[in-house]
Amino acid sequence: MLTEEKSQFVKTYDPVCGMGIKSPSKNYVDLDGRIFEFCSEECKQKFALEPHKYIHKKEMSASTYTSSYGIQKIQLPIIDMNCSSCAINIEREIKKLPGIKSAIVNYATETAYVEYSIDKTKTEEIISAIKKAGYKTGRSILKLGIKGMHCGSCVTKIEKELKQKRGVISASVDLGTESAIINYIPGLINTKEIKEVIVKLGYKVFDTASPKAEAVVEVKEKKEVVPVDENQLAREIEYKILMHKFIFAAILALPVIFFSYPTVWGLPEQFQMGSSLLRYIWMAMGILALPVMFWSGSQFYSGAIAAFRNHSANMHTLISTGISAAWIYSMIATYFPQIFPAAELADQFFDVIFVVVALVVLGMALEIKAKGKSSEAIKKLIGLQAKTARVLRDGNEIDLPVEEVVLDDIIIVRPGEKIPVDGIIIDGTSSIDESMITGESIPVEKHVGDEVIGATINKTGSFKFRAAKVGKDTALSQIIQMVEQAQSSKAPIQKIVDKVSGYFVPAVIITAILSFVIWYVFGPAPQLIYSLIVFVTVLVIACPCALGLATPISLMVGVGKGAENGILIRSGEALETAQKLDTIILDKTGTITEGKPALTDIITANGFFENEVLSLSASVEKSSEHPLAEAIVNGAKNKSLELFDAQNFNAVPGHGVEANINGRKILLGNLKMMNNFSIQLNDLEEQSRKLADEGKTPMFVAIDNKAAGIIAVADVIKPDSKEAIAQLKRLGLEVVMITGDNIITAKAIGKQVGIDIVLAEVLPEDKAFNVQKLQNEGRIVAMVGDGINDAPALAQADIGLAIGTGTDVAIEASDITLIKGSLKGVVLAIQLSKATMKNIKENLFGAFFYNGLGIPIAAGLLYPFFGILLSPIIAGAAMAFSSVTVVTNANRLRRFKPSLK
Amino acid sequence: MAIDQFLVIIGGLGLSTLVAWYFWFSEKKAVKIESSDSGIQEAIIKVKGGYTPDVLIFEAGKPIKLNFIREETAVCTEEVVFSDFNKRATLTPFKIVPIELKIEKPGEYGFQCGMGMVKGKLIVQ
Repeated sequence: MLTEEKSQFVKTYDPVCGMGIKSPSKNYVDLDGRIFEFCSEECKQKFALEPHKYIHKKEMSASTYTSSYGIQKIQLPIIDMNCSSCAINIEREIKKLPGIKSAIVNYATETAYVEYSIDKTKTEEIISAIKKAGYKTGRSILKLGIKGMHCGSCVTKIEKELKQKRGVISASVDLGTESAIINYIPGLINTKEIKEVIVKLGYKVFDTASPKAEAVVEVKEKKEVVPVDENQLAREIEYKILMHKFIFAAILALPVIFFSYPTVWGLPEQFQMGSSLLRYIWMAMGILALPVMFWSGSQFYSGAIAAFRNHSANMHTLISTGISAAWIYSMIATYFPQIFPAAELADQFFDVIFVVVALVVLGMALEIKAKGKSSEAIKKLIGLQAKTARVLRDGNEIDLPVEEVVLDDIIIVRPGEKIPVDGIIIDGTSSIDESMITGESIPVEKHVGDEVIGATINKTGSFKFRAAKVGKDTALSQIIQMVEQAQSSKAPIQKIVDKVSGYFVPAVIITAILSFVIWYVFGPAPQLIYSLIVFVTVLVIACPCALGLATPISLMVGVGKGAENGILIRSGEALETAQKLDTIILDKTGTITEGKPALTDIITANGFFENEVLSLSASVEKSSEHPLAEAIVNGAKNKSLELFDAQNFNAVPGHGVEANINGRKILLGNLKMMNNFSIQLNDLEEQSRKLADEGKTPMFVAIDNKAAGIIAVADVIKPDSKEAIAQLKRLGLEVVMITGDNIITAKAIGKQVGIDIVLAEVLPEDKAFNVQKLQNEGRIVAMVGDGINDAPALAQADIGLAIGTGTDVAIEASDITLIKGSLKGVVLAIQLSKATMKNIKENLFGAFFYNGLGIPIAAGLLYPFFGILLSPIIAGAAMAFSSVTVVTNANRLRRFKPSLK
Repeated sequence: MAIDQFLVIIGGLGLSTLVAWYFWFSEKKAVKIESSDSGIQEAIIKVKGGYTPDVLIFEAGKPIKLNFIREETAVCTEEVVFSDFNKRATLTPFKIVPIELKIEKPGEYGFQCGMGMVKGKLIVQ
């Protein structure tokens, strides 16, 4: 039962520090029979010194705790109680348990009434206490709240399932109050097992006694990973219903087909056309057709009627009209054969009704299964959300449902746990697996001050962080929202489909009517039969669903697939444009490069050592605030070099810095600085020029007025930039680099990563203008940048790709956001767009081709030339599987693998 | 030409015209939604095989709240999509699922089910 999970999770609280601890704890104090437990020897000692200071606190926290999780009342029937003194014995045993508020055993009613706090004692413990006193318990009553029921069938389902369990005497579920009263025999089944039965059926349970119990259930869910999705449940119910409908229609279809083609099977005389026995069989078929039409095919009629009221028509209209026409004609042929001028006209088409209904219903069922897979990506994202957070409030660690976490809460995360919301680490370090959000499979090291993203998993260390984004603002929530929006957006290609589908169904109906007329007037005898076959076949073969489904379903899979790989595609339009790109502009800083300078080269002269030069330079720069200084200091730290305190630090603007360290005089600066101090540079000057040509920033170092060497820093290129750029070129894109750097540096970087076209010395505000210039050349241009400084350029480009920065994923100006900072994401995004568009086109082609070819053939276009006329049964099969095919084809995209070679 | 053939031609053409008129040209009944005291234009849309009502008239610039109630489990209507606003909602059967919009620009905005089989329209004036 609930208490159990709770107790496994946190059994009791340390009265000193408020930490939740497992009970029994090694550290405890027995104070007049009351046990106080502690997290450590330290807390225990503190308590032992001044217990009164803490007891009050303990009681307060205990009472709030109880009130939030509720007091459980149970009645336990007791068997074989034959004296009133037994009652006292039992009471005494029960009261020995922790957390018992009251225990009264009534001899007359043979019942124990126990009130206890559910986080301290389990029902089972009470039962065993009664056993200990020498008695058995009879049946018990459990009242439970159930969430997620929405129809009478759920009630019977739960009741039935519960009653099948050993130990359950009776179960009555009430839909109105969303609760269940279960009579059971403790010992044979426990409350936990009962709850499991209900949870397994897909519902949520909560204790009606405790208002907060839902939170506990959430904890339980997190452990068992049983997300209850009502929509999924509805889908499964629908699938089951459809499958039952299919089986019903299919079984009845067998004898109907058998007797419908007496000549084919070579049946004896009395089963052939015209015999009176066959007529009776037809009558039976006509009656049997009714449950098939109005139960198995009920959705066709209800759908058609609803659409008709709204002056619209859909697939249901077509199917219901088709089978109704077949039924009416067949009934007339069965009961009033004499009204037909020729005997052969008095034929029946009941088999069409059975087979078409069975097949189309089966198709719908299969479609549900397939579509479930299509939306898996977003479900996975939603499932990533953590359910609870361990929050530090008033010095107490408490487990809260994630919805209750507020801004600036301090949250504790242990190894292996999910990070509940976005925030900034304030204590501790750890490596974090962010693959579910960024798609990057290598865990990331995080320290104090680093951002953590909700739903990622803490691998190694424990840490505390301050919640910075909660609820709807977390990166995950934003991602889900963006994916949902993109999935519901329309790709421009869909507009053609929309135009067509508006006219499609009525046009099919008209085609069917006109085909009937043409066959009646010009067709061969028996005209009426042929006309009817053609009429029904045209109605049945047309598949508006395949048409309507083609684009959205692929879009859904494609966008979802992107999200799985850390690529957020904003809309269907972005996806469609992305695959038409021919030019891609990459911003240098932060896109191709890391965006942060780092130490790259140390050159020594005059017999100085590398570490010596670096250590002393870093010691000087420690006092400087220049960004380049930070790079040098970090470079020294990475080599674990000792840094010293600098004296007489002096920054000479435009030149460099000077300081004394351990009695040595250090100069760090440019050529002007060295000249000012008349330092002999010799060939260092030449080497410095070379470094500058490579796009680096060199600085001369002089120690005790002697040239010691050069230290160079540069904004280093991301490790996979070069490869990604090569891949972009292989995709047929012209790659352009844009930067504010001078032309020499820019060219140097360009050369290193393999970019030939470099736009250098571009002011930030002119980037958008440069994008436009390329667009004016007739190019379709993508711009990749950081989303803040590059926002205007991103907006100007046909496709703006923003490189995400931490948890900020909803970048307004961008069409595609790459959560992971790598350029590989750009390659992936373009490949994915291409794959998705290809898939959409396949679907659309398939759907148009199918309908465009199927309808004329059904109308009998091939008959005059080849004598081919489609049977309505074949048409039904084709129609049923056309939309399944579309969904299945879209699901192929789920297997999309980026080809990074 | 036999009389029956003649009748079939006349009947067929007549029926076709009727179909075309009914589905394409006949006036759909639109429901005008008045805004409440709080300024919200709120409507309940029943979803069962179709949307009832399916054409709704709203005033521009005022918040709109559409409460969908899907009274069926048929998967067809599981989702409702407002592609003009990139909005999509999964309609849980027998539950009220609200969609909130605010449309500034007068015009006609369609909404439909996931696969476009069932359609409705918002007319904003």
